[in-house]
Amino acid sequence: MVKSRSTRIGDWVIVFICVIAILVCLLPVLNIAARSLSTAEALIRNEVFLWPKGFNFSAYETVLSDSKYTWSLAWTAILTVICTIWSLFMTILCAYPLIYDNLKGKKFIIALILFTMYFNAGTIPTYLLLKELHLLNNPLVLIIPNCISVFYVIILRSFLYGIPESLRESAELDGAGPLRILVNVYLPLSTPVLATLALFYAVGRWNGFTDALLYMSDRKYYPIQLLLYNILNSINSIEVATQEGFTTPGLSETIKSATVMFATVPILIVYPWLQRYFISGVTLGAVKG
Amino acid sequence: MSNSKVSKTLSYFKRYWILYVMLLLPVAFFIIFRYIPMGYIQIAFKNYSIVKSPWEMEWADNHGFQYFIQAFSNRDFLYAIRNTLMLNFLDLLFGFPAPIILALILNELAFKRFKRFTQTVVYLPHFLSWIIISGMALQLFAPTNGLINIMLNRMGFPSIPFLNDPVYWVVMYVLLGIWQSVGWNTIIYLAAIAGINPELYEAASVDGAGRFRKIWHVTLPGLRPTIIVLLILSLGHILSSEFDRPYALSNKLVTEVSNVISIFVYNYGIRGLQFSLSTAVGLFQSVVCVIFLFAANALAKKTGERGIW
Repeated sequence: MVKSRSTRIGDWVIVFICVIAILVCLLPVLNIAARSLSTAEALIRNEVFLWPKGFNFSAYETVLSDSKYTWSLAWTAILTVICTIWSLFMTILCAYPLIYDNLKGKKFIIALILFTMYFNAGTIPTYLLLKELHLLNNPLVLIIPNCISVFYVIILRSFLYGIPESLRESAELDGAGPLRILVNVYLPLSTPVLATLALFYAVGRWNGFTDALLYMSDRKYYPIQLLLYNILNSINSIEVATQEGFTTPGLSETIKSATVMFATVPILIVYPWLQRYFISGVTLGAVKG
Repeated sequence: MSNSKVSKTLSYFKRYWILYVMLLLPVAFFIIFRYIPMGYIQIAFKNYSIVKSPWEMEWADNHGFQYFIQAFSNRDFLYAIRNTLMLNFLDLLFGFPAPIILALILNELAFKRFKRFTQTVVYLPHFLSWIIISGMALQLFAPTNGLINIMLNRMGFPSIPFLNDPVYWVVMYVLLGIWQSVGWNTIIYLAAIAGINPELYEAASVDGAGRFRKIWHVTLPGLRPTIIVLLILSLGHILSSEFDRPYALSNKLVTEVSNVISIFVYNYGIRGLQFSLSTAVGLFQSVVCVIFLFAANALAKKTGERGIW
């Protein structure tokens, strides 16, 4: 098809707009990365834009030599792995039985689950319950109370529902029970959506801090985001900066950038690998949910 | 007759009991962590006591509504309502149309590979936590040595206290919200655009419609149901408040505009231990949210749309 001249100009205007959108999304990350790799003096002289001045890793070395920060990184990584596996397990357990149309009590269970999407008890009642259950300050409080997202159950159920019933019926004729059908038929067919949900749960845990802020006062179990918040919002109390020689304001600025980078890089690493999966997963839940 | 019914039920359970076993853990989760806390809501109407169970606590004054009265005569709470409504309204006004516009632009991109790349990049901010975004914003917009203010200074303008002045803070709150979510929110619109019958575009071309006329007469009408559903949900959440975003972006200089209801509950409940008052506030918020959601849905149905139920 031959395009008219005005259409071609329009195409390039749109490309231009998109380039600006890309820059707006990427430049802040690049700026922080450049700051974290620069010398403190260059930062104070306002010389750092997108390329580091006086390239060095000393801010990273300082952060890595701070045992609180490295422990928090490791703890958050462990927590993220455990939470993702447990959440995925619970989500499958919740979504799979609900695709059986003849399951007795199905409507009631679905209503029970959906209701929690529209009305929740609120922060304080939940807090008091967790207190009663002795879960406050217990590391389990970062895993259990938010392990199932109703929205993700809906996404998974819609996907499983879309798998042809004839597959299930033929497996049933071969004498397979629901559990075997789940493991041998449904799960292998749903790797894309499971990968999507795993990404969402993992990112949610890695980025989450509200539950830790509310329910966890033991600093040992602070996830990285909460520690990061404390570092960013209190220049003086930053553990690394109070060490001898690191009290110059400029250096604490590069250290701040380095701590931000540490919390960001894991996401930047996983993201490109998983992003081809998640679009199909999201739209599925959106269209049917 | 009834015998065969019993045996049928038996064989049914014999076959499917495992499904109920599977549901046991998730249902227990919802009952314990979502329904049992609802029993604690009654402390909104009672005088909280640490030694008694909620059922044994004494009823509050004024027929149990003492803490609601107290909330509405509390300046902090009234500010929190105002701030919640203001920030959500601004989000709706600017944040809601933004992904629609971006989706229309992305859809017009003629180069498929570049489109994929653009999508990958603009989805990225959605995966950054508000703490990280706040950390980046604090450095980029810092009054003396932030990149943006340095550039303003070099162009001859004075520094702007982006995150330390209430008015600028509100603007930044909305802009950073758009930055974080606009790309991600295009996904749903792009999916809806992909579902539009291509023949409609061909017919429009035959009729001599240009780019803008096709967007106006084909794409936007095709997006209408999606827009309406998402608008209902946003309207339903006009009094709900995120916690992460205002908490992470806020600082001592801007609390007059950044304290939303969720932060009020945190400050008075978790930190101030005023459990009855903060539960009352939370209950008020939840109930209003449900009412708004139903009202918005009913309104949409009245205007001939599908609604969310």
